[in-house]
Amino acid sequence: MLKQVEGSHAVAEAIALSRPQIICAYPITPQTHIVEGVGEMVKDGTLKNCEFINVESEFAALSVAIGASAAGARTYTATSSQGLLFMAEAVYNAAGLGLPIVMTIGNRAIGAPINIWNDHSDSMSMRDAGWIQLFAETNQEALDLHIQAFRLAEELSCPVMVCMDGFILTHAYDRVDVPSQEEVDAFLPPFEPRQILDPSAPVTIGAMVGPEAFTEVRYLAHHKQLRALTLIPQLSAEFEQRFGRASGGLIREYCTEGAETIVVSLGSINGTVQEVVDDMRADGAKIGSVSICSFRPFPLTALRDALQNAKRVVVLEKCLAVGLGGIVSDGVRKSLSGIQLKGYTVIAGLGGRAITRGSLRQLFEDAAADELEQVTFLDLNADVVAYELERESQARRTGPTAEAILKRLGTVSSKIG
Amino acid sequence: MEMQTVKFYQTGTFTVGNRLLDENERSVQANMERTNSLNSGHRACQGCGEALGARYAIDAAMRVTGDKLIAVNATGCLEVFSTPYPETSWQIPWIHSLFGNAAAVASGVAAAMRVTGRSDVRVVAQGGDGGTTDIGFGCLSGMFERNDDVLYICYDNEAYMNTGVQRSSATPPAARTATTMAVGKEPGNVFGTGKNVPLIAMAHHIPYVATASVANLRDLEFKVTRAMNVHGARYVHIHVPCPLGWGSAPADTIKVARMAVESGLFPLFEAEHGEVTGRTRIRHKVPVTEYLKLQKRFAHLFGKTPDQERLDQIQAIADKNIRTFGLIDTELAHG
Ligand SMILES: Cc1ncc(C[n+]2csc(CCOP(=O)(O)OP(=O)(O)O)c2C)c(N)n1
Ligand code: SF4
Ligand SMILES: [Mg+2]
Repeated sequence: MLKQVEGSHAVAEAIALSRPQIICAYPITPQTHIVEGVGEMVKDGTLKNCEFINVESEFAALSVAIGASAAGARTYTATSSQGLLFMAEAVYNAAGLGLPIVMTIGNRAIGAPINIWNDHSDSMSMRDAGWIQLFAETNQEALDLHIQAFRLAEELSCPVMVCMDGFILTHAYDRVDVPSQEEVDAFLPPFEPRQILDPSAPVTIGAMVGPEAFTEVRYLAHHKQLRALTLIPQLSAEFEQRFGRASGGLIREYCTEGAETIVVSLGSINGTVQEVVDDMRADGAKIGSVSICSFRPFPLTALRDALQNAKRVVVLEKCLAVGLGGIVSDGVRKSLSGIQLKGYTVIAGLGGRAITRGSLRQLFEDAAADELEQVTFLDLNADVVAYELERESQARRTGPTAEAILKRLGTVSSKIG
Repeated sequence: MEMQTVKFYQTGTFTVGNRLLDENERSVQANMERTNSLNSGHRACQGCGEALGARYAIDAAMRVTGDKLIAVNATGCLEVFSTPYPETSWQIPWIHSLFGNAAAVASGVAAAMRVTGRSDVRVVAQGGDGGTTDIGFGCLSGMFERNDDVLYICYDNEAYMNTGVQRSSATPPAARTATTMAVGKEPGNVFGTGKNVPLIAMAHHIPYVATASVANLRDLEFKVTRAMNVHGARYVHIHVPCPLGWGSAPADTIKVARMAVESGLFPLFEAEHGEVTGRTRIRHKVPVTEYLKLQKRFAHLFGKTPDQERLDQIQAIADKNIRTFGLIDTELAHG
């Protein structure tokens, strides 16, 4: 059924259609509307056979989820930013125990300085925790990916994070096609756990493992993710066949045929990138783009196939490996091992900084002319940076950097443009 | 002759009456059918109070629930000594997730039992004092506050034993640990610190809170049994001597535990919905020195010249407990 709803609401509907049995969460912007949505459906009886548990922290939220999942219940939670970091220990634990929990991340920057707006730092901080990480491009895809996520998680016995851009998707009203319960039931069978806490067949879960077997346990976790490289496209194809639209998969190519410059990015920014590609193509530029949906497992082969004939790759990232540069770029480079082509990293959209078509067009043109630095910070205000560096070189007690910059800019922090 | 109430109690041993009792009133451990939930062969030190306490507590919980029990364990000695891969001592469904989240994981298990139609299966969470009073405190308070159907058992050996005897918020004043060394002007753990989690549990007005000790195993079983016959959040705090961390003789574990109770340093009581409803009276009050002397962690209080000032302070703590909880049957004491 077509509906014009907020992204969070669309996701809440997808969760409800997936028949979770335990939902537990702790509020943090911009995840709140999703859990409020499902919470209401549990309370008013729309979502049956499900308990919604209000907990005292994100650490508890995921811990409750761990217990519920190990005891055989289909389990869901959601968080963002500081919340994801607060649950970090449990994030690794859920994956280590092989529990098929599904968690939405409403992507948001990490402080300090505290910032509620969108970037991908939060999900990226947990990229090696053992969760599958899928990035949604649109609200429709966010909805669809959640339904796929439960199936994927349960087939592999591995937790899945569905990442969607905070505000840009979570708070945007858009048209979505909400499938029927029958359609979802046909795609997503009831949860059949691989391991379960059950007095009639007692098992010990979470035993201490020493050097004699730790490597094997970790290898099997890696192997699981490698299997997902096959399973993710299969599920996406089956989903398309049943629901009549393409969603998910490892990567999506746009105008890559004959492209000399290919832009790689994750999430909602792909919409803007594609518009700029269209504009530049219309003017004769040989440019295309690739959207990475599955960041973990990282689709090395699919990317190599998509990128190897280009002359240059621009990786546009909403995250920063401080002291190194790109995070996504690392994987992209690995996928191109042995192939000679130019690679540029562009850090953009941090803490909600708007990524405009104008800036992107300029950027891509500079890239096409190979006039880009290895690492570029899109729309960096060089004056402010130079002023602050100068100030810090002049005196010892220069105070907190963020405040000094805001004072200089004379703007309030809610201005995101 | 006038009627006179006579109170009997045995001296020397407190295994009172197993043989004199009706079979179904005997202790769980006296029963051939006990479940041995924590089986032999685990790696606990000799004389480990925690291993003893856990065996009695879990077997008692198993009996109440007709063997329909799931245990959630925090990281700590109990978890480590019972599950060195590829072996496990647990004969029941058991999960270990993290150090600080046992209460929350247990809430999740209990909720899963409800939604999957297995409400007859009950849940116990267990952890050491560190996993309970320090790092797991947030999750514990959350579980209490939501009144989740979980019995949380704290095995209190008064320090972080698994990592090599460091101070926790349950470490008593003056005790030497690896992080409260017996050096300087105030050797050992400082006075006036720490927290009383049984009292904090009571402040949540949960249905049942009790303290217990491996010195009184029948009472321990009784309290776990009571706790399992109630629904909602429950808390049992068990005093479990650790020969390694306390520097006591492995053979003295029960004796040390008993001295803690009989001196008043570890009061045994029960509370329902935030009100104390029962206490175990002290039969022969002993001075705290009887307890302290058995443990090397307090050795610096004795030496050539005993540190009388600190010994008096510790005695005052015990006396205050006795007053607060009414641990001495005044009638008996005066009669
Ligand atoms: C987050 C975290 N911090 C620290 C540790 C290290 N650690 C493991 S067990 C333990 C001490 C456990 O003490 P307690 O809970 O009192 O149990 P005991 O071993 O004394 O029975 C510590 C500090 C850990 N596993 N996880
Ligand atoms: S260190 Fe203490 S608590 Fe740990 S196993 Fe040994 S005696 Fe038991
Ligand atoms: Mg301890």
